[in-house]
Amino acid sequence: MKDLFRGELVRFTFEEPEAGAKAEVRWQRDTEFIRLADSDPSRLSSEKKLKEWFDHQAEDGPKSERVSFSVRTLEEDKYIGFLGLWIDLIQSEAWVGLGIGEREFWSKGYGSDMMKLCQQYVFAELGLARLSLGLHEYNPRALRSYEKCGFRLEGRTRQDLAREGHRYDSLWMGILRDEWQQMQKGENR
Amino acid sequence: MFDIQTQLFEGQEIRFGPIDHEKDPEIESKWTHDSDFMRMMDTAPARPMSAAIVRKQYEKLEKQIEEKKNLFHFMIRAKTDDRLIGMATVNRVEWTNSNAFLRLGIGAAENRRKGYGTQALQMLLRFAFAELNLFRVSAMVPEYNEAALGLLKKFGFVQEVCRRKALERDGQRWDLYVFGLLSEEWQGQTKG
Amino acid sequence: MKDVFTGSLVRLSAFDPEEMSKVFPRWNSNSEYFRLLNSSARSMQSSKAALKWMEEEVGEMSLESYYFSIRTLAEDKLIGEIGLDVVNWPGRDAFVGLGIGETEYWSKGYGTDVMNVLLRFAFMEINLRRVSLGVFEYNPRAIRSYEKVGFRPEGRMRRLLKREGRRWDNLFMGILREEWLELNASVPAEAAIGT
Repeated sequence: MKDLFRGELVRFTFEEPEAGAKAEVRWQRDTEFIRLADSDPSRLSSEKKLKEWFDHQAEDGPKSERVSFSVRTLEEDKYIGFLGLWIDLIQSEAWVGLGIGEREFWSKGYGSDMMKLCQQYVFAELGLARLSLGLHEYNPRALRSYEKCGFRLEGRTRQDLAREGHRYDSLWMGILRDEWQQMQKGENR
Repeated sequence: MFDIQTQLFEGQEIRFGPIDHEKDPEIESKWTHDSDFMRMMDTAPARPMSAAIVRKQYEKLEKQIEEKKNLFHFMIRAKTDDRLIGMATVNRVEWTNSNAFLRLGIGAAENRRKGYGTQALQMLLRFAFAELNLFRVSAMVPEYNEAALGLLKKFGFVQEVCRRKALERDGQRWDLYVFGLLSEEWQGQTKG
Repeated sequence: MKDVFTGSLVRLSAFDPEEMSKVFPRWNSNSEYFRLLNSSARSMQSSKAALKWMEEEVGEMSLESYYFSIRTLAEDKLIGEIGLDVVNWPGRDAFVGLGIGETEYWSKGYGTDVMNVLLRFAFMEINLRRVSLGVFEYNPRAIRSYEKVGFRPEGRMRRLLKREGRRWDNLFMGILREEWLELNASVPAEAAIGT
């Protein structure tokens, strides 16, 4: 059986509260990162507040509706980002949100590797039927990466997001389990 | 035309009002036993709720309204006898982006096909655009809900997203549509 | 869409702790009923204790547990309770438990009807892939009823119970979604999408 948590460039883990919070504080100061990752307004949280989130995760323990991963590189074991899943068990679908906080790892295939690992987890381990995600129209790098992973663009909510005096569309994408399985077959040939 | 004096919460035959914690739970409990209604109203699984559970849900709702301030909930009542007909909501409000989702449901079958849905959506849109000053509103509807699809199209909503096979019900998977209406589009309608 | 709460004799209704805690003591004082449903003896529970327990167990709407009260269509009478507990989400399997407390409704098709409605709910609304149950070997009426609905025997826990001086097996039964669909493939496509 495949190692669910190891890809080709990264692995999934979960950070200890101290280390996790320290890194997040630094990433939050990078406005470009925040604005690519999120539609909520950029904000700066204290290390204490961020540590509370990690502690909370530790206390609550594993939950079936929400799975969070920290992402580390295989080569140097460097903590570079996160991937979160919001799972709807009844509809057998999940939403994924990911972010790479360390800039030097952008545009190098790390995002795609994270997403591929995520797809494998969602379809082969959780057995869900569908995986969805949203992104901003000003994030073409992510759009390309996700398309390469098999996601299809399912529409745009027009002028959904307001930033820097402009309005931007939100893009909605999805991939079905059958489609992912087809891709796997294709790749294994 | 609409102006500052025209009532936001009074329609022709319906009005928007607050939750009546005494009387409403019983009525809403009845609606939750109508699986047809629940399956049109929500993607979450239909489940019959006791009045006690409905009451708890109201409390959670009002707590969220207080704390998160990203939600506006109205009960729809008939003007003639003040009976509870349905509910209308503006939720998932993102203030910095000036957008939100709308939800609307007419609970009892005998109250449908009477134009209440149209009146309620009209009032809800006016509230969203002329009072909350939103830039756009969205609605998510499963492909099998023809009544909702018809109502949204009547108001000029554009189908923007097709979330393929995002919902499973009755042994098959259904598409979920996301519709959107921009403030300028709504203004264009009300002026014309 | 087909109604997922209504059968031909009964309907699924909300499980209201206030209401249920009042009838549970009476139902459970009937030892025949109690012994069909429970593997071990319990001290008799007052309405007050039942209410407290129910509010804790059933008070919140959880993703894992779905409890209903059973009401007759004819008189809207509360006759029993039925519950579904999802034990394995990835496998989409749940355990069902059914009890008809009003004994005059035994052997009249009510159990079969409510189980069928519950299975419709389980497969067509919660999207499960199988439903399991346990039933004692000294409950042939229930075993027959479950077989009629499509459950198949899957195994037994031998000599699990001891009552009246002898030992009894606990039977496991299960039904798969495809099996239930085959038995119930009567709903035409047009009727499946409502207005």
